[in-house]
Amino acid sequence: QPFLPPSGEGCPRKNADAVQDRDASANPSSPIIAVFKVFQQELDTKHDKYERLVKISRDVTIESKRTIFLLHRVTSVPNAEDILNEADVKLDAVRQKIGLIAEELRGEDIYQFHRAFTAGIQEYVEAVSFLHYIRHRSLISLEEINARLVFMRTEKVDPKGSDEALPLGAQVLTFHVTPSDYLLGVADLTGELMRMCISSVGNGDIDTPFQLSQFLRQIHDGFSYIGNTGPYEVSKKLHTLRQSLGKVEDACYALRVRGSEIPKHMLADVFSSRTTLLDPEEGVV
Amino acid sequence: MSVTEMFSYIQGFLSADQDVREDIRKVVQILEQNAREILTVLQSVHQPSGFKEIPSKCARARELFCTVRTQLADLKTKFPVEQYYRFHEHWRFVLQRLAFLSAFVVYLESETLVTREEVAQILGIEVVREKGFHLDVEDYLAGVLIMASELSRLAVNSVTAGDYSRPLRISNFINELDSGFRLLNLKNDPLRKRYDGLKYDVKKIEEVVYDLSIRGLAKEPESGVDK
Repeated sequence: QPFLPPSGEGCPRKNADAVQDRDASANPSSPIIAVFKVFQQELDTKHDKYERLVKISRDVTIESKRTIFLLHRVTSVPNAEDILNEADVKLDAVRQKIGLIAEELRGEDIYQFHRAFTAGIQEYVEAVSFLHYIRHRSLISLEEINARLVFMRTEKVDPKGSDEALPLGAQVLTFHVTPSDYLLGVADLTGELMRMCISSVGNGDIDTPFQLSQFLRQIHDGFSYIGNTGPYEVSKKLHTLRQSLGKVEDACYALRVRGSEIPKHMLADVFSSRTTLLDPEEGVV
Repeated sequence: MSVTEMFSYIQGFLSADQDVREDIRKVVQILEQNAREILTVLQSVHQPSGFKEIPSKCARARELFCTVRTQLADLKTKFPVEQYYRFHEHWRFVLQRLAFLSAFVVYLESETLVTREEVAQILGIEVVREKGFHLDVEDYLAGVLIMASELSRLAVNSVTAGDYSRPLRISNFINELDSGFRLLNLKNDPLRKRYDGLKYDVKKIEEVVYDLSIRGLAKEPESGVDK
């Protein structure tokens, strides 16, 4: 009886032979190989589109964030209008990028690629709603956001190329921000509003905090109403939202109680940490 | 529109969305039950007595797929057809299961790889997204990989049941599947993870074949892949 090694321990030679045999049986003209080549193309096409959308979304995120930083400067400059106009220009550029997203999604099921661009869209909602609040002291609606995400695309141009000629086959392309992305963008907006509140106090503006407090409270109440029925990311952001609201409410409290006592240039220090606002000697409310 | 009105509108939207998902969940639950029944029928082929009864078990499974077709037809009605991927996560698991079961039945019947079109036909759904509720290529591939694991188990149990030629045919088949999968450029997603398991199936079957051949229990494997 020859000694048979336990089959669990493959000797290197056996495995090398097996690999050779395996590849030899991979007949390139076999139907299985042929069909997998088709799958390869299908998957590659889908992955490529996804990656293109990720890239555009990243640009959208970066430019939207820069717009938000820009907008924070309105509290510290004399002429806010210049900043607002510059922000308009920047957001127009962002909208053009969103138009590119809309083109990629033409004919597709947008939810198949949603994860690729949701972060960028949320950031855009945050930026555009921030600008809207600064101008109008109100919350931009989802409808208003989507109304500005309508793009004209021309399929063919008049061969004569004159400016008066109408483009042939002009197409209207739209991008719809979903209610869920809108919600998440607005949740992030509250963080920026909180920062704006604190910095406006530091600049001696004692009206803005009270306006912001009321506005933030309305938004917070809206999120409480929605509760757990929204996407789960909303529940996570609700915690941060409560903190932001708390900071703003404490700022208003301090202004009301102690505002007249504190020199304007020191107001900002008062709100640098929440713990300083509750002085035990004065009695905690 | 005031803040309150805006949130009220959104709440309405979310509430409607939840209702749709609830409807979908109910149908998916029934589908999962159907899938379990088909699996119970097919799993019995692993028993020594089961090998002779393969044709009747396949016939029985095909009968049960009729119910699946009805359920899937019902599922289609629960949401707008162009929003397939919005709700896809709800049925992804059971659809992969059903793809596996279809592939398994077809393999038991003909020892070939079921095509995506055949699976769609068995389930009564489309292959192309634009035509309606469809079988995504990744769900089809996941089903095929689940079947690969099942076949590695079948190879082992074939030997136990005294069938020494089946493992060799399974080995050829799985090796070819492996070559096919290697052509794919997969991303680091669940499909990739599942594909990583294929090499263990390949190895297990190779060891069965090795055990048979060194003991002289197996004849030369036929290169009959194109049955």
